[in-house]
Amino acid sequence: MNIITLSAADLSLAAILVIALGAVSLKLKLGQTRQLFVASLRCTVQLLLMGFILKLLFAAASPGAIIIMAFVMLLSAGQAVTSRMHRPLSGRWSYFFGVAAMFISSFTVTIFALFIIIDIKPWYTPQYAIPLLGMMLGNTMTGVALSMDTLTTSVFQNRNMIEGRLILGEKWREAVQDQIKGAIRTGLTPIINSMATTGLVSLPGMMTGQILAGSPPMIAVSYQILIMFLIAAGTGFGVIMAVHITARHLFDHRHRLRLDRLAGDNA
Amino acid sequence: MSLFTLKNLQILDMPPLELELEAGQCLSVTGDSGCGKSLFLRALADLDPNPGELFLDGKASSSYQPWQWRRQVGLLPSESSWWLAKVGDHFPGEGAALYQQLAALGLSADILNSPTHRLSSGERQRLSLLRLLRNRPVVLLLDEPTANLDENSSTLVERILKKYQQVNGGVLIWVTHDRSQARRVAHRHLRFSQHDVSEVKEV
Repeated sequence: MNIITLSAADLSLAAILVIALGAVSLKLKLGQTRQLFVASLRCTVQLLLMGFILKLLFAAASPGAIIIMAFVMLLSAGQAVTSRMHRPLSGRWSYFFGVAAMFISSFTVTIFALFIIIDIKPWYTPQYAIPLLGMMLGNTMTGVALSMDTLTTSVFQNRNMIEGRLILGEKWREAVQDQIKGAIRTGLTPIINSMATTGLVSLPGMMTGQILAGSPPMIAVSYQILIMFLIAAGTGFGVIMAVHITARHLFDHRHRLRLDRLAGDNA
Repeated sequence: MSLFTLKNLQILDMPPLELELEAGQCLSVTGDSGCGKSLFLRALADLDPNPGELFLDGKASSSYQPWQWRRQVGLLPSESSWWLAKVGDHFPGEGAALYQQLAALGLSADILNSPTHRLSSGERQRLSLLRLLRNRPVVLLLDEPTANLDENSSTLVERILKKYQQVNGGVLIWVTHDRSQARRVAHRHLRFSQHDVSEVKEV
């Protein structure tokens, strides 16, 4: 089966749908019209850029280039995590913690997949390394951002309760355990839901892409299962790490709740 | 040697506070709202960073683990928090002694089965006092412990606190807006004003 190439005109037709959505959102005064257009524009520019870079990477196939690319993706993900938080940590801590958690979880899982599961040679074959890492990072980022946001917001909201527990002689970890659990649960829910409904309700993008590109369905399916497991593990460990280091940072060595370490609000 | 010592404690922009309290003493703390009385209690419970030093039994607060310090220097905040579903969940493993204390505060034992969100402010206040006393704190930091109570219940709370102190011989630090209560319960008086804090003879 040959792949049908899409022309700029084809994509413009799809864009008309987004413009129509924008018009409706303007009419409904959702206040999201601008965001919608900026996001669509960013999506287009970033993907074109990525396509261009992938073209270069595929031609070069050098491990150095892949590693640089991986770090650019990681740092952008860190930026996205911070920008999605309603109450980020003051200083650059949200960024550092987000990057650290995603680095450890996404990179470990991707390396595990490349070297041990798929066992592709050389490991830096860009057709495998970059899409794998991209999917890992994208999903881990969503989970980490969601869970860190939930944690700081719920700690702020429940500050009296947390201090009430500290006052009675609990250690910081006990005093904030409900918020830690809630944040981890929130971060893990999307991937659990998506695993539970995939194939039944939704056909994942990667599998769809592989099938469109002419792969036999069973191969596409086995890759999709692999990816789902990797994403679940990567997101799960990333979320757990991010929530714990963020929670730790909200208390000092004397087990005091330090809301002054949240940006924007010292109340 | 004093039981509870405050050295160089810094509250807002006031001059540093020095204080020595003996076992069995009760210090009243009065002053307008927003003057730093609650911040003062928070500092004593080591809930906020402070350049000053605290000593209990001659040992610096830094030589205690933070959670041990807060069990010894127990703070009763003006607003209590209840994070478990039922009142009784906050009193695990309690028996006859608790029923006696409940009765002494005019509460029935049935209240242990009520959901915590159903409590009135007065019930919350008395229950949070009992919850705090289970830690057997040596120093009690009381942030308006009778603010939400009628006269009768207030008397019961004053009585149980006095009795606790007689038996355990600790220190009470009692924030109140009620001057007659300050005179009734305390031997020493600390007065907060806009930019100053000092010990006074009379309230």
